[in-house]
Amino acid sequence: MSTVSEPVSLSAPRGADAGLTPKQLADKYGLAVSGRRPGLVAYTKQLWARRHFIWAFATARLVAQYTDAKLGQLWQVVTPLLNCAVFYLVFGVILNNKDGFPKYVAWLCIGVFVFQFTQSAVQSGTRAISDNLGLIRALHFPRASLPIAFTVIQLQQLLISMVVLVVVVLVTGVKPSVTWVLVLPALLLQSMFNTGVALIMSRIGAKTSDISQLIPFAMRAWMYLSGVMYSIQDKIDSWPPFWQTLMQINPASVYMDLIRHALAPEIYNKHVYGANAQELPAHLWKYGIGWGLGMLLIGYVFFWKAEEEYGRG
Amino acid sequence: MADTDLSKNLSINDADVAREPTVVVDDVHIVYRVHGAGSGKGSATSAISRIISRKRASGVREVHAVRGISFTAYKGEAIGLIGSNGSGKSTMLAAIAGLLPTEKGGIYTNGQPSLLGVNAALMNELTGERNVVLGCLAMGMSPAEVRARYDDIVDFSGINEKGDFISLPMRTYSSGMGARLRFSIAAAKTHDVLLIDEALATGDQAFQQRSKNRITELRKAAGTVFLVSHDNSSIREVCERTIWIEHGELIMDGPTEEVVGRYERGERP
Repeated sequence: MSTVSEPVSLSAPRGADAGLTPKQLADKYGLAVSGRRPGLVAYTKQLWARRHFIWAFATARLVAQYTDAKLGQLWQVVTPLLNCAVFYLVFGVILNNKDGFPKYVAWLCIGVFVFQFTQSAVQSGTRAISDNLGLIRALHFPRASLPIAFTVIQLQQLLISMVVLVVVVLVTGVKPSVTWVLVLPALLLQSMFNTGVALIMSRIGAKTSDISQLIPFAMRAWMYLSGVMYSIQDKIDSWPPFWQTLMQINPASVYMDLIRHALAPEIYNKHVYGANAQELPAHLWKYGIGWGLGMLLIGYVFFWKAEEEYGRG
Repeated sequence: MADTDLSKNLSINDADVAREPTVVVDDVHIVYRVHGAGSGKGSATSAISRIISRKRASGVREVHAVRGISFTAYKGEAIGLIGSNGSGKSTMLAAIAGLLPTEKGGIYTNGQPSLLGVNAALMNELTGERNVVLGCLAMGMSPAEVRARYDDIVDFSGINEKGDFISLPMRTYSSGMGARLRFSIAAAKTHDVLLIDEALATGDQAFQQRSKNRITELRKAAGTVFLVSHDNSSIREVCERTIWIEHGELIMDGPTEEVVGRYERGERP
């Protein structure tokens, strides 16, 4: 029946526009395809405009996370401290790493806290998109806001843990020194690295939900390979040069060493500890800057490439 | 553009004046792919045989939700979308918002159409206060705008009518109070193209009237409003044009009285 479109179709263009196809009409009035991915520069501008949302979202998540627990946000520091205690028992006492090792407790705790920062960025990045489909399907915002917000959450948690870490380091007998200032650039670089990794993992996690099953194993392997609770430098001396380099440019080790050296420089001091002093790998800052900038850039572009596909299908 | 005619139905009757389109939907098809819909979806044997046979997951089923719909919406229109459950109305709305990809055809819009709703951005563990701020920021307001609107939002929701509830966590609210606050936050922002999906039926009688008035205000500020609802009276109240969708196909597109009337009598053209 033709009653639908007569006498005048409400859809058909009129007057000067009469007879235009929908596509021509859209072009004439400059209408854009709904939900198309913006260019990289425009995307960055949109993201910058949402910085307040990212911050508010991260803070809100952090507050909401522990409302059910009686001790609340205290768990943020208690959990890694308990981890340190377990590692100290197994690797320090039973496997006897601590004897002769300069400031083993400080070494171990810094390692655990710093590695935890990257580890939780990877884990929450993997779920950043898949756990927030409701938000993505309801509102328009640059999707990179989510993985970035989750990295901000980790950073906020780390800053609280840093206070505890400083106390631990002081208790082990390390004296405050000017090198402590270097913690800030080191953490900044690690945050950039973590953001890049979180962006990459969230795109992968959004497409392949199976990946979240593999992450715990991958992270555990990475942790044991990065020398959180032992010294890599002590072990790799006899290795072929290729593997030595590979172990040295491992970003987790790089950031751990940077922060260990900043917080407790005497661990590396030969005048104090002689042969037991740890050796600081060369080019540490160069690697740290390279990983931070490189990963952030790669991750950002990689994530942006799939911007219009998140939360669909 | 055309204010020579005093007739209220100007945009419908005047056939000679070009109107400014805001949403152009051109022969759109939308297909959902549902994973794990087949038999034995998660069992180990089926997963292994799938990997060995290198077949793309047999559990993927396609649902053709929208099949070739075309229409053009113009500035100043309020358009109702009606049809039975599962007819594809909400899918159509999500596609206009740019949240679903089209399989075929194109959707062209003026600016970024927004769905009315911020529920997903809000967190029940947080106070109403923080949720107002978070929801507004999620919709893209600046902190200054949030501060300017904050009191209006709280007043509109009526949350504080029975004491200082806004400083309590949202999980302590009754379902009606929560719904009222969510609507108030969502309706705080004006949009070029506003998409509303069944949002009018929340709260008590007085609040429903307030929300209808607010929708009318939003409509004046917005270029175009789309309203999906099963409540034909609110469609009649808000929209002058209605599109009837059934099985993902466009059944009828015309003045609300005519379309809703036929829909209620079940007379398909």
